[in-house]
Amino acid sequence: MRAWSLIRFYTILVYVFMFAPIAVVLLLAFNNSQFGGFPIDGFSLRWFYKLAENEAIIRAFKTSFILGLLTALVSTSIGVLASLALVRYQFRGKDLITTMLISPVLVPETVLAVGLLIFLRWLHMPRSFLLLLLGHSIIALPFVVLVVQARLVGIKKEYEEAARSLGANPVQTFLQITLPLLMPAVFAGALFAFTISFDNITATIFWRPTGMETVPTQIFGMLRNSVSPEINALGFVMIVITVGLPLLAGGLARYFARKKT
Amino acid sequence: MTIPEQEFDRRPWLLLTPALLSITALVVIPMSFILVSSFYENIDLAVDRVAFQFSNWTALFTDTYYLTAIWKTLRLSVIVTVLAAVLGYIPAYFIARTKFRQKWLLLLLLILPFWVSFIIRTLSWIHILGNQGALNGLFQWLGLTDAPIQMMYNETTVIVGFLHVFLPYMILNVYVSIDGIDENLEPAARTLGATPWQAFREVTLPLSLPGLAAGSLLVFVLTGGSYVTPLILGGPSDYLFGNLIYDAVVSELNWPMGATLSFTLLVLLGLVVVIYSRFMGLNQLSKAFR
Repeated sequence: MRAWSLIRFYTILVYVFMFAPIAVVLLLAFNNSQFGGFPIDGFSLRWFYKLAENEAIIRAFKTSFILGLLTALVSTSIGVLASLALVRYQFRGKDLITTMLISPVLVPETVLAVGLLIFLRWLHMPRSFLLLLLGHSIIALPFVVLVVQARLVGIKKEYEEAARSLGANPVQTFLQITLPLLMPAVFAGALFAFTISFDNITATIFWRPTGMETVPTQIFGMLRNSVSPEINALGFVMIVITVGLPLLAGGLARYFARKKT
Repeated sequence: MTIPEQEFDRRPWLLLTPALLSITALVVIPMSFILVSSFYENIDLAVDRVAFQFSNWTALFTDTYYLTAIWKTLRLSVIVTVLAAVLGYIPAYFIARTKFRQKWLLLLLLILPFWVSFIIRTLSWIHILGNQGALNGLFQWLGLTDAPIQMMYNETTVIVGFLHVFLPYMILNVYVSIDGIDENLEPAARTLGATPWQAFREVTLPLSLPGLAAGSLLVFVLTGGSYVTPLILGGPSDYLFGNLIYDAVVSELNWPMGATLSFTLLVLLGLVVVIYSRFMGLNQLSKAFR
C-alpha cells in the first residue's frame, strides 16, 4: 500500500500546516527577547507579568469574558426553545423557519454588521454593549440550534411521553426529563456560543462603542505597529482558555462517566 | 400525544417566538434597511440625506475601483476554495478510512483550530513568514541568505492565512461525507476489476461530492465576506470587497455607500448560496454537526 502511506504523509503535512503556526505562538510567548519574533533569546515569563500589568488588556479581557458569558446565556436559551419546536413538533413552513434560523451564517458577517448598524442609526440609538450582546447572540444562534437539534433528535420522545402519562405537565416534563437529557448539548451549545463571541472580530469592530475593546479588537489595535511579545503571551493565555478549558471539561466528564459505570 | 389535525398547534410557534423575533429584528429588517439607505445621498462625513437617487449605484457600476474589488474578491475566493479542496480532501479521506485506533484524536485535532482565536491564528503567520519569522531564521541559520527575505504582506500570505483558518471547515465536511459511504463499496469495485484509482474515482469521489460542495460553499462565502485577514497579512493592494465596506463605513463614514457595497456583497454571495441550495439543499451544511 504505497498509495496509502503517501496519503498518510500528506495528512501529516496538512496537520503540521494547521498546528505549526499555533505552536510557534505558544513557544514565542516564553521568549526572553524584546522583539516578538525569532530568534529565541532564552526562557522568560516576563511578558506574562507585563501582560498582567497592562490595564487596557485586562479591561478588554473582562469585556470579552462578560460578553461571551451573556452571549452564551441568551443564544442558548433562545436556541434550545427553537430546537425543541423544530425537533418535537410537525408544522407547516418548517423548512423556511429552519433556513431563517441559520440565516445569520449565510449572510456575510460584514454585511450583517453594517446592516444592523444602519438600522440602529435610523433608530437614533448609539452603539452600545447591548448591541454587541444582541449581535453576538444572533451570530451564535445558528450554531447553538444545529448542535442542540442534533442531540435532541437522539433523545427518545418516549421518555417525555412516559412522564406525561404519569401525570407530569409539559413544563415539569421539560425541566425534569428533557432538559437533564439535553444538558450535554446545552453545555456544548453554550460553550460554542461563548467561543464564537470571545473570538469575534469581523462584526465587533463595527459594533463596539467608542473606547470599548474586546480581546480580539485590542490585539488588532496592537498589531498596527508589529507583533509585540505581549501579543504572544496574550495568545498563549487565550489558547489556554478557549482550548484548555473545554478539553479539561470534556476529559473530566469522560473520567467521571467511566468511574460511575 | 395525538393532536387532532384540524386543531392549530400553537406550542411550536410559542417556542419559536424569541428566535424568530430576534432574527427578524436583527437580520431581516436590517437587511432591508441596507437596500433602502443605498439610495440615500451622502452629503458630508457621517451626514446623509433621505433620498431616492442612484448616485451610489452608478458609482458602483462605473468606477473601476469597485469593479476591480469585485473581481479581486471572486478571484481570491475561487483560489482559496480550490486550494482548500485540494489540501483538505486527502486528509478527510485518510481520517474516514484509517484503521488507526486513535481516530478520535485526529477528529479532535480537526475541531481544535475552531477554538483557537481567529486573530491569533492569522497573526501567527507573521511568525512563520515575517522578517523575524521562523523561515527567515532557518534560512539565515543555514547561511542561505544574509538579509531577511521579504515574504510577507502580499497576496500569497493572504491566501495562506485564509487557507489556514478555513481548511478545517473543508476537511470536516468532506470527512462527514466520506464517513457516510459504505466502506465495502471500494473493495467491491476492486473485485469487479477496477484499479484502486478507478475504484476511488468512480465510487468514492462521486459519493463524496455533497461534502466537497458544502465545504467549498463555506470556504467561498467566508473568504468572500472577509476583510480582517487582508488587513493583517496583506499589502496595500490586497484588499477585498469587504475592505471597501470597512473603509466606507469606518474611515469615510459614508453610510449610503457602505450600504450600497454591503447590499452588493450580500447579493453576490447570496447568489452563490442560492445556486448551491438549488442543487444540494441546505441540509448538507448541518451534517457536520452530527
